[in-house]
Amino acid sequence: MAVENADHAAAGAEHALTPATYIGHHLSFLKHSVNQGGGFWTLHLDTLITSIILGTVVFGFLAWVVRGATAGVPGKRQAFVEVCVDFVNDQVKGIFDKSFSFVAPLALTVFVWVFAMNAMDFLPVDIIAKGLHMVGVNEFRMVPTSDVNATFALALSVWFLMIFFAIKAKGFGGFVHELFFAPFGAPKLSVNPISWILVPLAMSANFLFQMIEYISKPLSHSLRLFGNMYAGEIIFLLLWMLASTGPLGAFFGALFGTGWAIFHILIVALQAYIFMMLTVVYIAMAHEHH
Amino acid sequence: MDINLTLIAQAVVFAAFIWFTARFVWPPLMTLVEQRQKTIADGLAAAERGMKSLEDASSRSDEALKAARAQAQDILAAANKQATQIVEQAKTTAKGEGDRIVSAAREETTREVNSVKEQLRKQVGELAVAGASKILKREIDAKAHADVLNDLAARV
Repeated sequence: MAVENADHAAAGAEHALTPATYIGHHLSFLKHSVNQGGGFWTLHLDTLITSIILGTVVFGFLAWVVRGATAGVPGKRQAFVEVCVDFVNDQVKGIFDKSFSFVAPLALTVFVWVFAMNAMDFLPVDIIAKGLHMVGVNEFRMVPTSDVNATFALALSVWFLMIFFAIKAKGFGGFVHELFFAPFGAPKLSVNPISWILVPLAMSANFLFQMIEYISKPLSHSLRLFGNMYAGEIIFLLLWMLASTGPLGAFFGALFGTGWAIFHILIVALQAYIFMMLTVVYIAMAHEHH
Repeated sequence: MDINLTLIAQAVVFAAFIWFTARFVWPPLMTLVEQRQKTIADGLAAAERGMKSLEDASSRSDEALKAARAQAQDILAAANKQATQIVEQAKTTAKGEGDRIVSAAREETTREVNSVKEQLRKQVGELAVAGASKILKREIDAKAHADVLNDLAARV
């Protein structure tokens, strides 16, 4: 990671980059408009390509290991995969046991994929930017999870699954009933005229609370991951910018960059873990009856 | 922070990977792990059974050893008894035999003594006759006095 500092310093001299343009450059997506439409009709090719390649590699690896796996004494490769799968398995089992055959693989997918995407933060951005520049690609963001589209895609998929499982577990009627009668409950409707006011009041309070919950869940789910990875990326960029101040700056940039990278290993793993756990917890909560 | 089509594309990719994991990764691996768990459980149960049978076998062998020891003791006692009996019998037999030999020897001796006495008597008679004939010098006819000599010899 130290190499790109000097690299960048050279690049900085050539194009007379300011810190703002340097960071702005590293934070701009490789965009592709669908049907000449702007705005919403844009694809971030970098996010998609990186995440698809990573997913293909990691899940292909898992499937390949599983294909050659044995029920007898496992090899090192199989043992490694089994440790990962067992870890996820234990976490999911600890939380709930319904819909297990779907939720456990879902949790594994989320954990492994998010971990791989987060880990892209460790790649030296400037060297990759240089390499891609040579083949004519000027904008490329390596970390899919620092694209809010990717994290929202995951979080909203989980959100829809959550609603699906809530309806599956409680029925559509039960689901709608819960929207108005949980979490506070409502008094019984009686001849007492006060209850005529109290019941709609309680129902609207419940509904409001439920709506806040349903909106905040995907928001916090996705933005937590996005924020962590985005901040990590920016801190890397700021540290690499130290290199533009000269050799001493390059040295300290490398030193701090290494320190941040080591600390970032924790964040990468932790955020993947948190994302997986929240996925499982949300779906587990959807199964609960109130 | 611009939300765009990437979100939907990413969600589709996500769904594809979930399907892939749920289809090709999770079930086969879980099957294998469960198989191994079963194998291990079976192995442990077998070990338990082996332990138990070992215990049984050792207790059985202890019993057999005890029985064998008791039997050996019995056999030893019987042998001892028989040996004593044999020795006793041998003693009795030997004693009888000895007695018999002694008495036979004694008889032999007596007979020997008697015959020697007889011979001696005869010789003394002859000596007496020879002495007497010498004394009487042909006065006595040996044939005529044979009965007298015999009488003498018998008396000696």
